[in-house]
Amino acid sequence: MNASIPLSDLVSTASPPLNWESGTSRIPFAVYNDPALHARELQRFFYEQHWCYVGLEAEIPNPGDYKRTEIGERSVILVRALDGAIHVVENACAHRGVAFCRARSGNAQAFVCPYHQWNYALDGRLRGVPMRHGVKRDGVAQGGMPVDFNLADHGLTRLKVATRGGVVFASFDHDIEPFEDFLGPDILRYFDRLFDGRRLTILGYNRQRIPGNWKLMQENIKDPYHPGLLHTWFVTFGLWRADNESRLVMDRHHRHAAMISTRGNAGKVSEVSQVSSFKQTMRLHDPRFLDIVPEPWWNGPTAVMTTLFPSVILQQQVNSVSTRQIVPDDHGHFDFVWTHFGFEDDTPEMTERRLRQANLFGPAGFVSADDGEVIEFSQQTFEAKRGHRTVAELGGRDVGNTDHMVTETLIRGMYRYWRAVIER
Amino acid sequence: MSALGFDDWYALTQLYADYASAVDSGDWDLWPEFFTDDCVYRLQPRENFERGLPLATLRFESKGMLKDRVYGIRETLFHDPYYQRHIVGTPVIRKLDGDRIHAEANYAVIRTKLSALSTVFNAGRTLDEIVRTPAGFKFASRLVIYDSEMIPNSIIYPI
Repeated sequence: MNASIPLSDLVSTASPPLNWESGTSRIPFAVYNDPALHARELQRFFYEQHWCYVGLEAEIPNPGDYKRTEIGERSVILVRALDGAIHVVENACAHRGVAFCRARSGNAQAFVCPYHQWNYALDGRLRGVPMRHGVKRDGVAQGGMPVDFNLADHGLTRLKVATRGGVVFASFDHDIEPFEDFLGPDILRYFDRLFDGRRLTILGYNRQRIPGNWKLMQENIKDPYHPGLLHTWFVTFGLWRADNESRLVMDRHHRHAAMISTRGNAGKVSEVSQVSSFKQTMRLHDPRFLDIVPEPWWNGPTAVMTTLFPSVILQQQVNSVSTRQIVPDDHGHFDFVWTHFGFEDDTPEMTERRLRQANLFGPAGFVSADDGEVIEFSQQTFEAKRGHRTVAELGGRDVGNTDHMVTETLIRGMYRYWRAVIER
Repeated sequence: MSALGFDDWYALTQLYADYASAVDSGDWDLWPEFFTDDCVYRLQPRENFERGLPLATLRFESKGMLKDRVYGIRETLFHDPYYQRHIVGTPVIRKLDGDRIHAEANYAVIRTKLSALSTVFNAGRTLDEIVRTPAGFKFASRLVIYDSEMIPNSIIYPI
């Protein structure tokens, strides 16, 4: 090694300035491949000022029920305390940092770290530590915590919690705006359409690890350009076509969005069974995959895909509904956790239908499997071709709501917000 | 059936070996032919199975659905091509119920993408119900319950 190179140059982690050619229609690859930017994103998007998805109330129906999950790259526990209140605490013992909760879910009266048996109430308050007052030998206490050791100073990190319609969000940032303000009225409307107060039933989970930057999944669901092209199933059965009646709606910060689409020939089951297709030769051997029955709560749209920045996507695709949680793991990977659910008033036939239509989605889905694939291939180029950029100029270079989906305006909107937060 | 005779045991182990050979061959049309017309096929995370949650990653209820999957693999699902190799353990027979054999077997699938290393892709066990038909033993039900906590991006081909 050449000794004349200052050590600071060798270990420098400073990122070069990002080259935005104009606005946010050309996105530098560096936003996907830079560990330092990723660290800033975790702090400013996942740990400050943003409500992040942690789960559904139906996952923890009883006192003591808990579920382990993540916000950003930090492990947290969603738990219903013995008095029924919902808490979210960080899965990190205040003593030695042990991520003590290893089960994915369960029921507990208290949280006890195995290392030194520090004991926490389900709301995160420290209840006691062994040998706090020392150990007596010959009547004399030896060791122990300092006399001014205060249990109240050493609880688990407690998060602020918001619940609405059976969905639980949390934030490490206690100064955060109310959840309803965070979503804004236009997005809240679509949130409330799906989570309208009916009790939810959990159908199950799918988990996949996608080798791509976490933002690419937000972008995938802010991109109505691709579904009718990449996803042959959608095109063929009219579930998502460029000529469907549709709207794109953002919050005032352009961070969240809803893609609202109404299937061209939506309606009767009988029409579904006799699909006339774009791909004329494609005919299902078993049409039950698309046994679509309209539900009253839809109020029209057959698909509403809502991206809540940064942590979750809410899916309604005909009768299939799910939350899709984004859990980043360094700048080049994320875990994608699907929770499919139904409603308390579903008939057994409707439950069966939701489970059957789930074949279209998830890591092996007829439709969704290829989203993960293309994200992986994008990331491969982002890692290799440093200094280049993407082009997101369908529908122009500006940002705004539309009544069609031949546009990438939602992606441009997200990066307008990203720049405002990350480059400040 | 009180115990399986040698001929049936031979046919059963051939069925398991032949299935592995077929799904690794790349000739996807072979796959649905291992099943009865009104078969059940599920590819399900162990998490859902053990907690009694009904969602499966793939949940098929007829041979027709398997054929639709084959069509999807070949014509509609864009994906990175890969080889897969099933390593299947000897089936253990859990129950003989008339002409229906309840059996299970451990498996691991190794995936090899082009220009890449071979990696363990998916691992678990199959819970099977096999019936005798004029065309030999067929799966009336095959529940593929996988331990793998994370699917490495996507699963395209049959397991």
